[in-house]
Amino acid sequence: MKPDFHQFDDIPGTTIFTIEKARAGFHLNQFCMSLRSAENRERFLADQRTYLDEWEMTEEQKQAVIDRDFQKMLDTGGNVYFLSKIFASEGLSYVQAVSTMTDMTTEQYQAMMLAGGRNLEGWRSKKERGEA
Amino acid sequence: MARISAGIATSHVPAVGAAIDMGRTDEDYWKPMFDGYEFSKQWMRENTPDVAIIVYNDHASYFGMEIMPTFAMGIADSFAICDEGYGPRPVPVVEGAPELATHLAASLILDDFDMTVLNVLEVDHGLTVPMSLMFGTPDKWPTKVIPLPVNVVMYPQPSGERCLSIGKAIRRAVEQFDGDLDVQVWGTGGMSHQIQGARAGLINLPWDKQFMDDLINEPEVLQYKPHLEYMVEAGSEGVELIMWLIMRGALGEHVDEVYRFNHVPASNTSVGHLILTPKEHS
Repeated sequence: MKPDFHQFDDIPGTTIFTIEKARAGFHLNQFCMSLRSAENRERFLADQRTYLDEWEMTEEQKQAVIDRDFQKMLDTGGNVYFLSKIFASEGLSYVQAVSTMTDMTTEQYQAMMLAGGRNLEGWRSKKERGEA
Repeated sequence: MARISAGIATSHVPAVGAAIDMGRTDEDYWKPMFDGYEFSKQWMRENTPDVAIIVYNDHASYFGMEIMPTFAMGIADSFAICDEGYGPRPVPVVEGAPELATHLAASLILDDFDMTVLNVLEVDHGLTVPMSLMFGTPDKWPTKVIPLPVNVVMYPQPSGERCLSIGKAIRRAVEQFDGDLDVQVWGTGGMSHQIQGARAGLINLPWDKQFMDDLINEPEVLQYKPHLEYMVEAGSEGVELIMWLIMRGALGEHVDEVYRFNHVPASNTSVGHLILTPKEHS
């Protein structure tokens, strides 16, 4: 079966981690995996630039990590389960990190979740939203 | 003869593990969710299996991007607990069931399911949070475990059809095992959730409930639901629900619904939980 990687393009505000994305993000995601050890977490947090320069990542990916720009990390091939090692190293929760990718503050995001989460209406299609 | 006595479905939210580990289950935020599992813990005390085949996904905890197996099986004597970035969860080591696991892995490969065989595996919250929800906080887990990690992280994930089929093959293989074992199959992950991008926080409870109904009554139809629909309707991480189809496939044609529970939210996720048993002679 021929793969259709573009079938996901119309989902608003969503980056699907495809095998192609995984190829582009390989070194970024492997850097994240290295943060599973406490020793590496300490070394990374002590001098982020030096630690990142040990990896074959693009400058754009390195800068996105330093800026904690998770959307940019997704755009350049990162996957959120890998990226979670970055925010876990700083003791942040998924809710705290994930909310930074939305247009809400963490408090607003948590309030939305407590009220039942984001309603899907209006979030099915970029075309419907006039974004495509 | 070994037999499959029940199927369990449950979400495996990491924050649920953290709440248990930090003794926060009685807090206002968490109590309603944990109350929903009280029945299940009691039921499990009365129906503890010899072996639980736990279908789950690794969350970049043990598997990096070097190797991404579609279906894998842990056949080791035991499985250590991963450090997911906060240090390992303080839960007991997970004991394996190597005799049944080697039989299962071999049976599945001979049935054309090309399993990746894992002689070493560390398990993450995807596997241990369901165990904590079903067993509480014992000093030693009361059941042996065969981990069955599935790639649900990188597209293409296996199709729903493939997941239901491997469940059916697991049932055949368990029934062909020479040994008197009570075996459960657990499908974990889901329900609707999205933890990335501007659409993060998406929850679709009506869709989740329909999925449960269809899983119970119409798995032969549900298996054809495309990945795209999971991702649009249940969020990019909602596609984990294909793992519930593996559990369902292992239960035979008809099932009895012993228990059902839904709760929103746990962290970013819609929590769903089922206990199903195979109907006799199905």
